[in-house]
Amino acid sequence: MSVGFVMMAHAALDRAAQVALHLADQGCPVVIHVDKRADAADFFDLVRRVSGQPRIHLAPRIACDWGQWSLVEASRSASAYLLAHAPDVRHVYLISGACLPIRPVSELVAHLDANPDTDYIESVTIEDVTWTKGGLSEERFTLTFPFAWKRQRRMFDLWVQAQRRLGFRRKTPDGIAPHMGSQWWCLTRKTLQGILGDEKAPHYDKFFSRVWIPDESYYATLVRRHARQIESRSLTLAKFDFQGKPHLFYDDHLGLLQSSPAFFARKIWPGARKLYGAFLGTQQPKARRRVAQSEIDRTFAAAVARRTTGRPGLNNAGRFPSASFEGPLTAAPYAVFHGFDDIYRDFPDWVTSNLGARTQGHLFSPESADFADGTDHSAGGLTAATRLRDYNPEAFLANIIWSAHEAYPAFLFAARDNQKITGFLARDPNASIAVISGAWAMPLLRSGKPVQALRRQAARLQQREVRMMELLRERRTRARVRIWSLADVLNAPAEPLRAVLEDHSVPGAAALTIMPSLHDMDALAAFLTELRNIGMDPHTAGPVVLPQEPLDRRNAQELG
Amino acid sequence: MAGSGESSRAGHVGITTALKFRIERRKRQFRAIRKRRELTPVADRTGQIGPKAILAFLTIRNEKPRLPYFLDYYRALGVDHFLFVDNGSSDGGAEYLADQPDVSLWHTDAWYRESRFGTDWLNWLKFRYGHGHWTLTLDPDEFLVYPYCDTRPLPALCGWLDQSDIRTFGTLLLDLYPRGPLSAETYREGDDPFAQAPWFDAANYMISKNHKYGNLWIQGGPRARAYFENAPHQAPSLNKIPLVKWNRKFAYVSSTHMLLPRGLNRVYDEAGGEKATGCLLHAKFLDTLADKAAEEVERRQHFARGREYDAYYLKDEGTEGLWTPWSKRFEGWQSLETLGLMSKGNWA
Repeated sequence: MSVGFVMMAHAALDRAAQVALHLADQGCPVVIHVDKRADAADFFDLVRRVSGQPRIHLAPRIACDWGQWSLVEASRSASAYLLAHAPDVRHVYLISGACLPIRPVSELVAHLDANPDTDYIESVTIEDVTWTKGGLSEERFTLTFPFAWKRQRRMFDLWVQAQRRLGFRRKTPDGIAPHMGSQWWCLTRKTLQGILGDEKAPHYDKFFSRVWIPDESYYATLVRRHARQIESRSLTLAKFDFQGKPHLFYDDHLGLLQSSPAFFARKIWPGARKLYGAFLGTQQPKARRRVAQSEIDRTFAAAVARRTTGRPGLNNAGRFPSASFEGPLTAAPYAVFHGFDDIYRDFPDWVTSNLGARTQGHLFSPESADFADGTDHSAGGLTAATRLRDYNPEAFLANIIWSAHEAYPAFLFAARDNQKITGFLARDPNASIAVISGAWAMPLLRSGKPVQALRRQAARLQQREVRMMELLRERRTRARVRIWSLADVLNAPAEPLRAVLEDHSVPGAAALTIMPSLHDMDALAAFLTELRNIGMDPHTAGPVVLPQEPLDRRNAQELG
Repeated sequence: MAGSGESSRAGHVGITTALKFRIERRKRQFRAIRKRRELTPVADRTGQIGPKAILAFLTIRNEKPRLPYFLDYYRALGVDHFLFVDNGSSDGGAEYLADQPDVSLWHTDAWYRESRFGTDWLNWLKFRYGHGHWTLTLDPDEFLVYPYCDTRPLPALCGWLDQSDIRTFGTLLLDLYPRGPLSAETYREGDDPFAQAPWFDAANYMISKNHKYGNLWIQGGPRARAYFENAPHQAPSLNKIPLVKWNRKFAYVSSTHMLLPRGLNRVYDEAGGEKATGCLLHAKFLDTLADKAAEEVERRQHFARGREYDAYYLKDEGTEGLWTPWSKRFEGWQSLETLGLMSKGNWA
């Protein structure tokens, strides 16, 4: 037989025994090293299970500490034992008790027979390693680590800091250049014998016995001295999360594992009955189309993205960005039109047809949230009730945008609406806010009430508008903001609409084809003058003057 | 490939504040220990609890119809032992529980309210039996779902949490309701409550941070919109942390909304990432609610929640009940994850 296995087991020994028996039944010798710290009863159970299988051997047990030399010691001695007792083995494959063969052993044998001189081991120079976590990469080799990371974390950290401060550095022995890679390798007898029997082995072992996590670097480094042909990849599929902890495989990963090009996978959750049944059963699962490793990587890259970046705009029990969070506050871009519907007739319809948006009314109106279809409820289960909305307006808006899947969301806003949301709008890079300042004057003008009676209200509305514009002009504002004054609009009524089309990159935006008609503004200049005369300065409206000719005609000219 | 553990400690606080919280935690523990005298064992099978057992802790009162489905649901999910406090049931529920092979039962006639709605009793039982175990603290109408729960039972979840150095698992209490008035269908013992009440609100939840304890405060859903639209601050809290790797130094502060030490409440990420979370499906809105509400209004035992029961009791529900055209039907964890009501986080 061309391949033999060294299995490192420390927990779930029943599963380890099951896998070892499966491999031995296929004719492969297996040497199992069981951590001396493993549960005694579990160990005796494993012994009982494998004792009937002559191809399985048990290596002398060593107490193993994660990240310590003891692990290498154990795999070294178990490998040596295998080489000595199975003379016809040409490749030695190092697996763990939580590994599972995900392709038939015969395929592995065929693959190794076709590549008799190749060593499969991930071996990357420390400069090129991207996956080390905790900031320790080169320092794994240059510092000393007498404390167990898992059990004596505080001392471990203090010791590392102390060495850094003192500038302590160990020297790497001559003849080797530190490399790192996955612990799970498959090496040729010749290479492995070279590593184990190296005349300088005691010297190197002494060095590596003080390296941190030497099982990730010992073989990866020494293989460079002895191998003839290295393929720097592991034949074992192993994925790691954003903290460098191994992902577990469960029953629902069956399809993914079946399509992997790797021969083994780790770690398997011991309770994954379906996986163990499928891959160790007498009937091998039907081979699926093998996909590239990168396709499998994508599943796990998505998990990292989810955990570190998350879905924008989502707030739930597991994601609640703090006030200083600089990313988007909502799920998707949306438009806010301040004052537009007070100037342009049927403005929501214009937005809907020109921007392809779903245009809500005044969502923050003091009477009730004015949803697009005029109903009491909106997507997600929101209601028009103002107290509920104003209790947490930011959540209300985030919910609206989160639920707006089909169309680009847009809504109307005005100085008379509840202003509590303005800070949120200004901070949200998804918000595209178009403002016509001074538009507050229009509904007042239309009310037909005497100016004297409107004065207070006018002052209050203008104050709100000023406060909002201050927010929008702050340096930390991340919304996209456009502001015109009422006077600007009177001079060039099509201009804001053109800009809106351009901002939302509607093709042919320069040619504004449908111009909504304007609300009657003939009396506006007189109204503003009167306000000014009774002592209120409507400055946000800009210098509104009496138009020379009726506005409608000018519109026609502008549209040409 | 080492990394620092998923730190769940709250931010640094002054020594006085830290001391204050330690005193509060100790107080709650002593209270719980004192309250143990109110509990009389009825069926003590705690000897069966193995070192890796997953435990569930509940207080019940007259909830017999719910018990069979509840027990089966959690047995299938991987709960090894149930520890119940019976607060004076008169419907045969206690006798039923005493006969179950994986249940330990205590009895009390003391006041629910005085025990802070059972929190003290259950804190004691966890202090005594929960140390070192993954524990679920539940109401009999709460059903845990989490990412992959159809293929990965609780031992898989707890094993992953252990490996990731995570001690607490956060959830949203998701109210499910029927289409139409509650009284339209009758819940019978053993029924799946969600066959009758499968609807939920997808996105009308409001979150703020409780700076005192560091937990999220989540409100909203059908209860907020139907019963509290004019008093939103009184709307019930929907944030729950029901699954905890218990240590006898821990204590729940109120129901399962928050714990001490405060670091245990950090089940969420503040930098934009998503931590893995689940939902507690809430089967409250069944025809049994009317009787319950009437009884509770009578007893006035649910102190803060008394108002809530008043609301259920008095509110005319109309023909559609809590249902709206935007309500979503529960069809499994996947859609809850897609809708963002829970997160897979880092679990792949």
